[in-house]
This record gives sequence, C-alpha cells and structure tokens, in this order.
Amino acid sequence: MAWLGVLYIGSLVLLFITAFWSTDPFTSKVIPGFTLENFREILTVPAYQQTALRTVGIALAVTALCALLALPLGLYMAKIASPRMRAVLAIGITLPLWAGYLVKVFSWRITFMTGGPLDWLLTPLGLNGPGYGTAALVVTLSYLWFPYMAVPVYAAFRQIPDNLFDASADLGAKGWTTVRTVALPLLKPAFIAGSIFTFSLSLGDYIAAQFVGGTTQVIGTVIASNINLNPPLAAAFATVPVVVVVAYLFLARKSGALQQL
Amino acid sequence: MKFTKVLPLAALTTLSLALTGCGESTPASSSASSGIQVPDLPAATEVGEGEGQVNIVAWAGFVEDGSTNPDADWVSAFEKETGCQVNRKVGATSDEMVQLMRTGEYDLVSASGDASLRLIAGGDVAPINTELVPNFGNVVEGLKGQVYDTLNGKSYGVPIGRGANVLMYNTEEVAEAPDSWAPTWEEDSAYKGAVMAYDSPIYIADAALYLMATQPELGITNPYALDQEQLAAAVELLKQQNGIVGEYWNDALKAVSSISSGTAQMGTGWQVIVNLAQADGGKVESVLPKEGATGWSDTWMISAKSKNPNCAYQWMDWASSPEVNAKIAQNFGMAPANSLACEGSTKNEEHCESFHATDEEYYKNVWMWTTPVEQCIDGRTDVTCTNYQEWTKAWTEVKG
Repeated sequence: MAWLGVLYIGSLVLLFITAFWSTDPFTSKVIPGFTLENFREILTVPAYQQTALRTVGIALAVTALCALLALPLGLYMAKIASPRMRAVLAIGITLPLWAGYLVKVFSWRITFMTGGPLDWLLTPLGLNGPGYGTAALVVTLSYLWFPYMAVPVYAAFRQIPDNLFDASADLGAKGWTTVRTVALPLLKPAFIAGSIFTFSLSLGDYIAAQFVGGTTQVIGTVIASNINLNPPLAAAFATVPVVVVVAYLFLARKSGALQQL
Repeated sequence: MKFTKVLPLAALTTLSLALTGCGESTPASSSASSGIQVPDLPAATEVGEGEGQVNIVAWAGFVEDGSTNPDADWVSAFEKETGCQVNRKVGATSDEMVQLMRTGEYDLVSASGDASLRLIAGGDVAPINTELVPNFGNVVEGLKGQVYDTLNGKSYGVPIGRGANVLMYNTEEVAEAPDSWAPTWEEDSAYKGAVMAYDSPIYIADAALYLMATQPELGITNPYALDQEQLAAAVELLKQQNGIVGEYWNDALKAVSSISSGTAQMGTGWQVIVNLAQADGGKVESVLPKEGATGWSDTWMISAKSKNPNCAYQWMDWASSPEVNAKIAQNFGMAPANSLACEGSTKNEEHCESFHATDEEYYKNVWMWTTPVEQCIDGRTDVTCTNYQEWTKAWTEVKG
C-alpha cells in the first residue's frame, strides 16, 4: 500500500517539481532551479488557455455523448432484451476493449477520410462527412471510452427492481416519464462513475487528436510536442488536467457516486 | 541568391567568436552572450575489436534488415562481416532523437541539421575522427563542413544524404502542377481545408522562406535567422495558414494516407512520402517550387557516452560505402552523400539524376534545417535572433 502511494503520488510530485525548472534555450537541456515562468506562460498566453478550455469542452462533449447512448442501451439490455440478446450485446460492448488502441483510432481515421466510408454513406443524402477536426475527435473518443460508461449504467439498471416500473405504470406514467422520474435518480451515481472515466481519459488523450483531430490542438498534443523540447513547460501544462480531474473527482465524491465503484 | 560557401563560414566565424566567450576582445561581435559552449570532447583514435553490438537511433528507412521490406537489407551483411549486432530504434522527429540520445543508451544517431547543433552544444555527441571513416573522403561538395555539423574545425557528423521538403500534390485534386508555395499559404487558396503542413516548430522556417520571396521588405536573408519582428511576421503568416490547413502531420505514414486519399490535396512533404504513395498506386507528384524550399541533410553522429564505439565506427564507414549509401538513399528517397553512390549502375545514375545529388545549383535553393540560435547565422550582428525555444512557443500559438 505504501509502495503504491510512493509510485502514484511520488511521480506526480516529481512532475510538479519539474514544472518549476527551466530549460537551456539552445540545447533544450533541463536546468533544475526555481522559476514561476512556466506557470506564468500557461496562465497568460491565450493559446494555452484556449487549448485547455477546448480540451475540457471536448471531454464534456464525449461524456455527454456516451451518457446519451448508454441510457437507452442500458434500459434495453437490463429490462427488455432476452437473456441471449443481452449476452450478445454485453459481448458487443466489451469486444472493442480487446482491440488495440491504435487499430481503433486508425479505423476511425479511415472512416472520416475524404471519400471514405462515411462520405460514401452520406453522399446519396447530399451530405459530406465532417472530415478531420473536433467533431471527428469527439466521435472517436466516445467510441474509445463508451464501454466505461455503458457497463456501470447497465449494471445499475439491472439493480432497479422491476416492480418499480410496474408501480410507475400503474400510477399512469408513460415510458419516458418513468425513466425520467424513477430510473434516472437511481442511475445518477452510475452515470457519474462512468463519467469519471470518459472525462479524465478524454482529457489526457493525445494520439486520437493527432490521427483524426486535423488541426485541433488539445492539452495532450501540446504536452507531447513540448516533452522533448521543453519538459518543464510540459510538466507545468500537465498540472492543468490533474487539477481539473481532482476538482471533478471532488464534485463526484460529494454526490456519493464513488461508493458505487 | 544564397552564398552557399560563404554562409557556413560566416556563421562559423560568428559562432566561434561567441564560443570564445570574451566579448570585449572580439571586435563588433554580437553583444548577446548566448552561453553556447561546446564541450571539448576527444575523438576516437583507433577502431579496435568490435563490442558485439551497436545501438542506433535512426529515421525510418535508414537502418534496414529486411524485416520491413525484403529488398531493403544492408544490416544483415554488416552483422555477418563485423559481428556487431545492430539494434535499431526509429525516431519519429528530430526532437525525439535529441531526447533519446540524452539517455546515453544509444551509440549512433542519424541527426538532421535541426538536431545536430543541439546535440553538439549539449555535449551529447563526440567529434568524429574522419580518418577512421575511409569512405568520408568521397562526400559530395555541398555536404562538406556544413554549419550544422561542423564546429571549430571539428567534424561531428558523417553525411548520409540530403533532400528537400518538396511540395506534394494529389494529381486527381490538383489540375495543374503548381510551381509556387502560394496555394499552401494564401487565404484565398483553392485548396482551403485540404492543405497539409508539417507539425514541428522548424516549419516556421518554411513560412520565413515564403516571406523572403513575397515580402522582401522584411529583410529575411536566411529562414533560420529571424529577429523578433521577422518571427512575428512568420507566425502571422502561419496563423493565416492555419485557416486553410486540413491537417498537420508529423508521421510519414499518416502523410501518405492523407495525400493518397485526397484528404490532403497539397502540402509540404518528403520525396519518400511521394514514393510510398506512388508505390501504393496513389496519384501523387512533387515539385520544388520557384521560391525554393527548406530541406534537411542528415549525418551519423556518435554518442559521447557510446559503449560500443568500435562497432559504431564500423557502422559509419559501412553505411558510407558507395553501395550501402546508394541503398539507403534509394530506399528513403534522398540524394546520397557519397558521390560514388551515383556511379556504377544505371539505377544509381538515374536516382542521383532525379534527386540532384551532385547538382549544387539545385541545392542553392534549398535551405537546410538548422537549429535557430541567438547569433544570427546570416551574419547580422546588430540584432539578436530568436532561438529554438522561442520558435517552439510560437508554434504552440500558431496552432491555438
């Protein structure tokens, strides 16, 4: 346990210490010392602020999209589908987890390609695919992290007794009203638990952005491009997602969702 | 007009003046003390018994043992002949290569000009005793003693080859062969949203190069020597370009898929990307536009902490031999450094013809990647130029 603490917290502390160092402008070698220059840089230069805000926005959009898709799927799997269909869907959801990350990202890259599968589907409708950019990035990330949202939501749906739905129907509620007033309050912890995954994983991703993001710059890509040239600046910028995720976890804890994990 | 011969000399003089570190005794030298100090490291004196292995950081396609492509194999014979097992690590970018060399785990690197100065000044690579590399003598004229691998009269690199960052275009999307970089920079480009740009701070030099041709009043004479104002102008142009760029690439294979599929219709690239795309049946061509281009010249450099110097020297000489140098150059799609690699077969002659290997006129229009430093390497002494760190920060701003 102590070792775990040292490994986890220790590396974060080291990262944080590095953020106060500087680099030799010519050889780009790291010079230990103490300077607030890196933090001043990321807090005052608009490019860093825009990148941070954009990344948080993308992470929230991914989380919302995953939640929207997980709700009907969880409902169907837990309450409507036959046991056999349920097994098929459960395998279907978790199957992408077995595929390599790069394979998945690259297949989305091909999907969004000009004249690729998506364009081919949309052309008869007189539409064009969005091409590489923020929209493609949100879709790709949602696909990557969807299982982390779908599984807890489905599990929570299974735990809701059927007679609650019957009671709700007896009292005259239509299907959607039942979901809204009975199921959603009971599912809230599961959604929050899933959102911790989708949100923090999206916040830290940089490879998907390079493959399908087009010109989109996110926190991860800025860190990746600075890690070789200016490690202290990369470290300073890496504290941004750490702070955001800690704040997110704090809010989640207050809602009591973490007991579900 | 570029002073190919004069420039390195001028730059060397400026650098060496700065390196002496005594500003008061050097007349009219730049007042900016950059703190560049080149560690005085010894070069090897002899090549002894091989250590049994050599660890190399290289660009994809430089160190091939037949596993990627059965036709590309010049490692197996080397291993058999010398008993040195070759362990290759592919570096994706110059910046990554610098970082990998700093770990001290590698003996050799195929460094481009934008990495070499950093490695030399950082004390990461040692000077090379060229007498121990017999094939060094046949290097083509334009690659001898370049500013990016020679300091204080010491050679730090054994040239491998050179190439230009050409303008690639998809012939299905681009009706007429372009002769200028303009469509990749101008706001009203016909290829808006489908332009491909290189994802690295060194790409700022491409903007500077275009400004040299289109805005002479800025006074840029070397795309790697930009003062604050000139850098700001280049950044301005890059931000404008950001609006028409569909994608920034830093991975050659990604670039191949974009330009072949027409997702990118034109943009900066390497000949090797064009070759790979054409091999896959992609309708891709390349040109060297009238404004000239940036380029790169790669050299083998040996780590100052090399644990296997004997095998490393054997590799450098092996890779510089006419046969192997020709293979590397033809596999990667660049001009070989060894002039004899252009002889001996029709294939070699044709390759050198298409890559202008011995055509110094052609390379007069190609500005080789050089690490930007505070001393202006165009010879100006009244201003301080921007260094690579400033370029890096500017690059983040460009992408916004």
